[in-house]
Amino acid sequence: MNRFILPLGGFALLVLVLFLGVKTSPERSTLQSVLIGKPAPEFTLPDLMNPGRQLSSKDWAGNAYVLNVWGTWCPGCRQEHETLLRIAQLGQAPLIGINWKDEDSLAHEWLAQLGNPYAAIVSDHSGRTAIDWGVYGAPETFLVDSQGLVQYRHVGPMTMEVWEKQFVPRITGKPVDPS
Amino acid sequence: MLPELGQFALILALLLAALQAFFGIAGPHFRKDRWTAVVTPAVAGQFVMVATAMVCLVASFINFDFSVLYVAQNSNSALPLMYRVAAVWGAHEGSLLLWIFLLAAWTVAVAIGASRLPQHFTARVLGVLGIVSFAFLLFTLATSNPFLRLEPAAPDGRDLNPLLQDPALAIHPPMLYIGYVGFAVAFAFAVAAMLEGKMDQTWARWTRPWTTVAWAFLSIGIVLGSWWAYYELGWGGYWFWDPVENASFMPWLAGTALIHSLAVTDKRGLFKSWTLLLAILTFSLSLLGTFLVRSGVLVSVHSFAADPARGMFILAFLVIIIGGALSLYAWRAPLLKSQAGFEFLSRESFLLFNNILLIIATAVVFAGTMAPLIADALGFPTLSVGTPYFNPSFIVPVLPLLALVALGVQSSWKRGRLGEHKRRLLVTLAIAVVLTVALAFGLFGRAKVLTPVGFVLALWIILSSLADPIDRWRRKLSVSRGVLGMTLAHIGLGVLVMGVTAVESYTQERDVSLSPGQTVTMGNYAFRFNSVEPHEGPNYDGVRGDFTVTHEGRTILQLHPEKRLYWVQRQALTEAGIGSHWGSNIFLALGEDLGAGKWSVRLQIRPLVNYVWISAFIMALGGAVAASDRRYRSAKSAAAETVPAVGGAAEGKAG
Repeated sequence: MNRFILPLGGFALLVLVLFLGVKTSPERSTLQSVLIGKPAPEFTLPDLMNPGRQLSSKDWAGNAYVLNVWGTWCPGCRQEHETLLRIAQLGQAPLIGINWKDEDSLAHEWLAQLGNPYAAIVSDHSGRTAIDWGVYGAPETFLVDSQGLVQYRHVGPMTMEVWEKQFVPRITGKPVDPS
Repeated sequence: MLPELGQFALILALLLAALQAFFGIAGPHFRKDRWTAVVTPAVAGQFVMVATAMVCLVASFINFDFSVLYVAQNSNSALPLMYRVAAVWGAHEGSLLLWIFLLAAWTVAVAIGASRLPQHFTARVLGVLGIVSFAFLLFTLATSNPFLRLEPAAPDGRDLNPLLQDPALAIHPPMLYIGYVGFAVAFAFAVAAMLEGKMDQTWARWTRPWTTVAWAFLSIGIVLGSWWAYYELGWGGYWFWDPVENASFMPWLAGTALIHSLAVTDKRGLFKSWTLLLAILTFSLSLLGTFLVRSGVLVSVHSFAADPARGMFILAFLVIIIGGALSLYAWRAPLLKSQAGFEFLSRESFLLFNNILLIIATAVVFAGTMAPLIADALGFPTLSVGTPYFNPSFIVPVLPLLALVALGVQSSWKRGRLGEHKRRLLVTLAIAVVLTVALAFGLFGRAKVLTPVGFVLALWIILSSLADPIDRWRRKLSVSRGVLGMTLAHIGLGVLVMGVTAVESYTQERDVSLSPGQTVTMGNYAFRFNSVEPHEGPNYDGVRGDFTVTHEGRTILQLHPEKRLYWVQRQALTEAGIGSHWGSNIFLALGEDLGAGKWSVRLQIRPLVNYVWISAFIMALGGAVAASDRRYRSAKSAAAETVPAVGGAAEGKAG
């Protein structure tokens, strides 16, 4: 055993990690996961805008809603923010925010500066709820239908194109363009 | 017809790359000169084919050929000419073609530039480059063909991602790729040396200019990306530790270490196996950068093309190329012995510390970038790593590294006595301290703990680097381009540290809501919001604000921040209004329309942030000057200067 083998060993470990990463990436980017078509995970979390109060996923039962996972630490969330504001203006479905592993004061500042597209926001300080939802990284956006079933998941910054092609047809019940 | 021609040219290029790889490796190994002779024509042929493919794709973009899927996805009839050309590398497929094209161009440059080297060695270098090129061509043709047709043709295209419709970003990928691909040359030199089983000081001399030029391009590529993020993403920062930024930063750090380690191998015949390992590491990190951005493993602002099948392919590719090189290293590196010694405080020892610290810095960035992936692969809860980790961890190896730069440039090879340089070091340090006091307490005012440290180090690096060239110049001695280039690059580093220190210490920032006619003040500056008007560009519309900036009562700037809505992708973008005054960068971004004529506005004053960007150009210029040193140009003079190789190699295994 000589020390010149060490780099090769380190590289082998890295390859293993990357291999596992690639293997699980399809589920992450399109969520062919258990959640689609299944009931949305339930949660009860503090209201970001009114920290004394608790909000529960049951509060929106019976209506389709869009769940957006975000944090002030996440550049992609900053990028999608203007899109979210536009979506909120369209009013096709209420936008529920999960403020993920963030500080309330930072989140308040962010919303005051950039505008608030959300109908309601809960604070997931521990990150437990995000784990229940299988969130890989912010931002992620889920569509939950009026029966409380998860219909779609989008990973990465939201765009108007994704909204119009993937979310709107599912909300209005029209066929989805497979592209 | 053009797309078919392009695809056919790529297939021919693949075959030629296979020939280049096979004969380049096998020819010298079996000592068949006729095999070896095939290599150079294959290189030329491959370049012609790849260039043809590139021209075909560019022409399809310029001519709005929406029957080509890739064009339809990344262009539009309203897209201006400049961005139609830049759209070629606006997404995955075309980026790969650009990579291959640049590699083919570098390979031709090597074939020409290295023609004075021993023929069998050049053949091996070209053979290794052929393997890399073959893998990329195969990858492109198998998973990412940019020439696929769309039936029926689209009436119009879906447009280039509006984020990428920007001059800086149009040239950012080519610069970055020239750097990445340039490190492939250093890698090929390293592998060829291991195949030869022999590596002496001449080897390092051949490798140095290629590596330095690649590093210079990479510096510019990275900083263009940073500049773009500063004014285009609308939140006004120059570095975010985003995974994709890190992916380009890691090869830069390792490449910087490689440049310094090559200097030691060249001048003193030391650090041989370490230099080889660094050459492999630097290129591996370049490939890893490509992998991370393109495979969908990391979700980031930049990952506009994610596809797991491609991920697997790139992974296999990494295993073969990097794994192969590291296996060769494990087998051959023990044969390379360095026999010369050096004293503590000699230049060698400073460069050794430089390398250790740079590699620690690389490891810090690597750990932060990979941690989420590793946690994920092992099934731990998702973890996100950002500035709170990177800033403090990165600074730990970097502060001592900066101090070493000032010391190291004054040290001598071999001897561990600073001697007369001790006085220079103390004088320059004293001047740096005095200037810092003036800057931190006179000009800027309040300071953080690290502010004086940053300024002192920055100024000390600059002054200490200048001391020797100025001294030589006063004594009418010549300064070689190598020394001049090194001095410039180190001054660039000092300027970078100045810029970062000033920005991190003295940035002023305010978010306000304003109506037209209102004025808001920050520091000595007043910002008057005159109006906001509808505004239309070639492929977007939006609004354009008009602001007047005054400094102590005098009007200094008119700024026009914009909010754009691009028609095709319906994406909204912020275009900040940016101006300069006394080295300060004044940044103004239009936020939301708050109704009733009010707008949220973000104001920032960032002193010396321009230094951050200028510094990369100074460093790159230094690299270019150093690479043009006469030592590297003539084989004869190089041979004459070469001290007999220190330490041996297994001659029996030499091919």
